Amino acid sequence: MDFITSLFVFMLSTFIGMDVIRRVSRLLHTPLMSLTNAISAIAIVGAIILAGPQHDRTSTVLGAIAVFASTTNIISGFLITDRMLKMFKRKEAAK
Amino acid sequence: MNSQTIDLVYLVSAALFIFSLKWMSDPKTARNGVFAGVAAMTLAVVGTLLRPDIASYTWIFIAIVLGTIVGVPLSWVPLTAVPQRTALSHAFGGLAAGLVGIGKYYLFLHGGELTAFRTGAIVFEVALGLMTCTGSLVAAGKLQEVLPTRPVTYPGQNFVNFSLIGAGVLIGVLLVVNPAWTFLFPALIVLSLVFGVMLVMPIGGADMPTVISLLNSYAGLAAVAMGFVLENKLLIVAGALDGSSGLILSIIMCRAMNRSFANVLFGAFGQVAAATAQGEQRTAKSATIEDAAQILENADRVVIVPGYGMAVAQAQHRVRDVFEQLTKKGVDVKFAIHPVAGRMPGHMNVLLAEAEIPYDQLVEMDDINPEMGQVDVCIILGANDVVNPAARHDKSSPIFGMPIIDADKARTVLANKRSMNPGFAGIENELYFAPNTLMLFGDSKVVMGELAKQLSGEGGMH
Repeated sequence: MDFITSLFVFMLSTFIGMDVIRRVSRLLHTPLMSLTNAISAIAIVGAIILAGPQHDRTSTVLGAIAVFASTTNIISGFLITDRMLKMFKRKEAAK
Repeated sequence: MNSQTIDLVYLVSAALFIFSLKWMSDPKTARNGVFAGVAAMTLAVVGTLLRPDIASYTWIFIAIVLGTIVGVPLSWVPLTAVPQRTALSHAFGGLAAGLVGIGKYYLFLHGGELTAFRTGAIVFEVALGLMTCTGSLVAAGKLQEVLPTRPVTYPGQNFVNFSLIGAGVLIGVLLVVNPAWTFLFPALIVLSLVFGVMLVMPIGGADMPTVISLLNSYAGLAAVAMGFVLENKLLIVAGALDGSSGLILSIIMCRAMNRSFANVLFGAFGQVAAATAQGEQRTAKSATIEDAAQILENADRVVIVPGYGMAVAQAQHRVRDVFEQLTKKGVDVKFAIHPVAGRMPGHMNVLLAEAEIPYDQLVEMDDINPEMGQVDVCIILGANDVVNPAARHDKSSPIFGMPIIDADKARTVLANKRSMNPGFAGIENELYFAPNTLMLFGDSKVVMGELAKQLSGEGGMH
């Protein structure tokens, strides 16, 4: 994959992101942020790629710490987003 | 798995991430958004683990298990602490990106594959990641009040910050020109860590919603840079989604305060404000709980404006009690939500939802303002700057031009506050001295509890 292709992907996803996020109700901005926080933990992919191939001890350790940091974000990000969303109730639904 | 299959898995994962955010647009589908996100992340992780070049799983699994052990309790924090948790997570995200960048630099260096382009991407990744890491730690410290929440400023601050940026750019350029100048790389690391601290220290509590969104954006961009380094499209897509989310929220927050990005980043709010404290002595009228209950019972339409004071006092459940008592009596109660009320975007909505207040009663500023003239009573709960009428007419006020909730247009204003001390922005609020305003002094939780008791006692007995 060359640099230009990467730029294309970046540009298009940014436009999609902008458009999708703009439609998110203000009501949900806090859950949105914990969700995107979990999504940014996609860095775990890079962390695994660094830790997995066993190049040398340093890169394995750095990669493993990065896997750890990303995992905490994935787990707590998704769990807390769901916890918050469960609380949003409409008038009829709230007892 | 061969690389083509893995790319397909990544493609599905990327699509699911987009759906995840799309479903967040409506509370009815929002939980599906979480499930799509989880599915997308699972695919991404499993796909990556099955790559042919992954030789050893021990360390990875240990890290995943430890991350889970730490991550689960992190999701149990009280909802008032959600801003701190989010900031802390941004720190972890930044750290991960930074570490991967550092690891890849030395691998490429020793493998002889360190091209100028790769170095450039790594410089971005490491600088953004580490800066986000320390910056977010400072933000989390401020929100947790371990660090001073007031803007920490010193003379020549902007000069120091711009010098740091300048030095960072210079090092970055030199590294791209000659990727093998390894002695520059540790300097970049230290500089990025220091810059993160310098960036967030001068920012005060009132600007936290903007800062948190901005850090969110940086964390996403760090993941994008990682995608460029690793030539991985999934990282670019997911990182860009996060980056644009943070950017949009920052823009919304800045607009809600009528401020520019530069203003938030390089100007300290509290300093200007301290100078404007006026000498003129004015008196505010205070009311008892009984008075307040009586006024509310005679009202048809009530609007409640929650602010961070309500959050700090954990008063949202007592507020729900007042809401229920009033609703029972046939009073129409709505909540007016200012975009920057609280310490992260949408924070008030979450707190009120926690207290099981139906979200159809929560109304945004722009929708409630035209109705404020017909409102009988407006209750202000630990909100200050977001209802200060000075924002409309007082050109000398530091919050001049900031859109506010027009609480002053209500027939009667009941303002709950612990004391007459000014709020975040450090400005006195003339609303509290208005002829139609009555102050209810005290902790929000106590005041609302008493009020609910008054309202129910009288309603139930007669």
